Amino acid sequence: MVIALRATIGDRYVLVEKEDVIVYEQDGSIFQVMPEIVVLPANAEEVAAVVKLAQQANVPIVPRGSGTGLAGGAVPAEGGIILSLARLNRILKIDPQNRIAVVEPGVINIDVTKAVAKDGFFYAPDPSSQAACSVGGNVANNSGGPHTLAYGVTTNHVLGVEVVLDDGQILWLGGEVPDTPGYDLCGVFVGSEGTMGIVTKAVVRLMRTRESVRTLLAIFDQMDRATQTVVDITGAGIIPAALEMIDRTTIEAIETGAPVGFPRDAEAVLIVEVEGLIEHTERSMKLVRDICTRSGAREVRVAKDETERQLLWKGRKGAFGAMGALAPNYYVQDGVVPRSKLPEIMRRIAEISKQFNLRIANVFHAGDGNLHPNILFDMRVPGELDRVVEAGAATLRACIELGGSITGEHGVGLEKKAYIGLLFNEADLEAMTRVRRAFDPDGRFNPAKLFPTPLSCGEIRRQPASIPAGLWI
Amino acid sequence: MEHTHPTIDSANQSKVATLDLPELYQCVHCGLCLDQCPTYRVLKLEPESPRGRIHLVKAAADGRIDLNERFKEHLYLCLLCRACESACPSGVQYGRIAETAREHLGPPGSDLTRAVLNFVFSQLLPYPRRLRFVFTLLRIYQSSGLQRITRSLLPKKLREMDAMLPVVSRSLFRPDSNAYLAIGPRRAKVAMLNGCVMPLLFGEVNEATVRVLQRNGCDVIFPKSQTCCGALNIHNGESTAAKQMARQNIDAFLAANVDAIIVNAAGCGAVMKEYGYLLRDDPTYAQKADRFGSLVKDAGEFLAGLGLVGELGAVKMTVTYQDPCHLAHGQRIRSQPRKLLQSIPGLTLVEMEGSDRCCGSAGIYNITHPEMSRHLLKEKMQTIALTDAEAVVAPNPGCMLQLCYGAQQYGPKLSVYHLMDLLERSYSAAEAASHK
Repeated sequence: MVIALRATIGDRYVLVEKEDVIVYEQDGSIFQVMPEIVVLPANAEEVAAVVKLAQQANVPIVPRGSGTGLAGGAVPAEGGIILSLARLNRILKIDPQNRIAVVEPGVINIDVTKAVAKDGFFYAPDPSSQAACSVGGNVANNSGGPHTLAYGVTTNHVLGVEVVLDDGQILWLGGEVPDTPGYDLCGVFVGSEGTMGIVTKAVVRLMRTRESVRTLLAIFDQMDRATQTVVDITGAGIIPAALEMIDRTTIEAIETGAPVGFPRDAEAVLIVEVEGLIEHTERSMKLVRDICTRSGAREVRVAKDETERQLLWKGRKGAFGAMGALAPNYYVQDGVVPRSKLPEIMRRIAEISKQFNLRIANVFHAGDGNLHPNILFDMRVPGELDRVVEAGAATLRACIELGGSITGEHGVGLEKKAYIGLLFNEADLEAMTRVRRAFDPDGRFNPAKLFPTPLSCGEIRRQPASIPAGLWI
Repeated sequence: MEHTHPTIDSANQSKVATLDLPELYQCVHCGLCLDQCPTYRVLKLEPESPRGRIHLVKAAADGRIDLNERFKEHLYLCLLCRACESACPSGVQYGRIAETAREHLGPPGSDLTRAVLNFVFSQLLPYPRRLRFVFTLLRIYQSSGLQRITRSLLPKKLREMDAMLPVVSRSLFRPDSNAYLAIGPRRAKVAMLNGCVMPLLFGEVNEATVRVLQRNGCDVIFPKSQTCCGALNIHNGESTAAKQMARQNIDAFLAANVDAIIVNAAGCGAVMKEYGYLLRDDPTYAQKADRFGSLVKDAGEFLAGLGLVGELGAVKMTVTYQDPCHLAHGQRIRSQPRKLLQSIPGLTLVEMEGSDRCCGSAGIYNITHPEMSRHLLKEKMQTIALTDAEAVVAPNPGCMLQLCYGAQQYGPKLSVYHLMDLLERSYSAAEAASHK
């Protein structure tokens, strides 16, 4: 098989040596499973050839973009082939008149915006990892970002995808015009976490750059006041472009790792961004300022220029990566609660932190009620991982109890598949499985993800202790 | 399916404690470094990315993989540009990880290359006089016409290497043993690093640096017993001679009792600021090395901090600025050189895209990895061409050599300057105007 793969896509881009494939055993999450082969095809035809060879040999295929995912989606749970789409990284078409771009899946998210900025456009979904993550990975996970509040998630910005199915067939779902008749199969594919096939091209929607953008940092001495401010802002009928919260522990991580000037002594800060026509932003900014002050902000700093604004976002978007400054490992949850429950969920998380004796750093999309509690730990300390998994489960249960969900934008992957049963009943899951089987009857694409498959640890070739036992139910 | 390589970990390898660095545990493999890494951008292979290399070193430390040739290739395809450090939200000091791994592996290349490099690192670089002798021979080779004859006879690969040979400047810079005295009121007393190749290839840059410092009220001395900074050694897996060179420099410069130690080569400055880390296990030198490091200043950094005095004359020129990696990423110096350039009347600075992306020089990387080096250089020259600048400024000898070679091989036709060249030119212009 390796010989056939090499003949198809060239020696350099078929990796089998341990000193090569080992780096693909992980993504941005805490999971590690070693692949047997890593291939990096250059175009859709080569992807199709790899898929056919995998079918003949009956080997699983795990698609991978930049490997920045936080739920283990790109970790090859059952070994097999990792199909990296990093080399499919061309922007094929920019069409400002129709406000679309056609891109390959390996294109880096921010490069889409960079390529269209001069025409006065941007690509809206902006995950914090946008300087590294790929459009393909965003499509697979239906990724969001700080500006999800105003613009929606990836599925709202993808009009069509070219995909390779399990028999090597290449076809288009959706296309360059919105509103194609029949089933919205493109919509089905977005967010399928690589379990249906491989996306080899995507038609993405371009948004017009706003006339003006204003961003402020509100500083709070009490978490309760910060969360209440979020409720007050949205309650006042203002929908900011972004409304983010960063707590004290996260500030400590950012200011230790790559400082941007957040106050280390604050309990929480909010980043609020408003945009639109100049008159509108000025008015909204004033309203937001007043609400922050009234709700007890110690200080409100408005970014004076683009450099200051970028610095605020640099701090926010580097927050996950900065956790390394505080602890060797972190386990991030992605729960969602209704906005009005933010004060309560933050209190519950603080209790969980105390109960399990684990530091939890919170940085999240407050406007959406999309939490990201990062549980800090050290994998090398025996028993700590088990406590972390329990604490994580406790936060998710709290979210569901408050009427929320277990994932906002990171995907289910390996990480949350044990908890998906908390949200869906058997009939729901059965229906979803049937949809998946319609595209991938053999379950070859990214197996053992998303669904709570009854797997025992022995079935999985993995390094001992690399996957928290509690997650394999 | 052929399973020539078992994927389940075998426990037959032993742990390597000295590789088990604390920096490894600061990396949470978020991947934000990937697209900032020049080699990853070109190849899109994760073993050729910072995150990948960190994981490889971690795996080697844990005894999960061997320190074999393959591992070595990955660690040495890195340019050590440290762009990943600028991108890292956790502040992982990747350079330390890579340098420590290379120290374990020894110099790169074939047995012959390693032998040559070992000779250069331990027998040439630490001895400025020997180095000067070699460069004198090189100058004779170039000026006698011998180069033209041999070039036509050499096989292609060697011919390309010959074309990369820098032109040795006619006047080697030999520092005066007396101090160069401040012009006007004295504002500081500084000592300057002469460097290994700078005085031999860019003698005029050292001259310009001295003049600009004098014009800004600095007494400038060159401590006599100073030597090469050791950067090339450290970057290529040689630490014994490097540590000796560091100690020698520390003794030489601290004895001079100055306000600052001025370095006009980004690569040297970065390493000298980090002598404290290099000598952390040396009880007699660790503290002195820290003190030394805090005195080291890049020439541009120092002058921007001091504030320029004296009249600057017009230099009508459109330039673009290439951030040397070890200035932007290694020392976090970006705004100061730009500020100085913009203070020159008549000079227009046009920014290029990705000015802090490596040009592919990276010390001796252009010799050890010519293919990748040229690929990066070609891209760099293309982005420079888009600015329509007539000159590029890069305050580091390695970058200057590489960009000269790039201009000659790929175009556009442009001049390459050190920041100090242009500052001195501006001061001279004012002087000339006032004499009229």
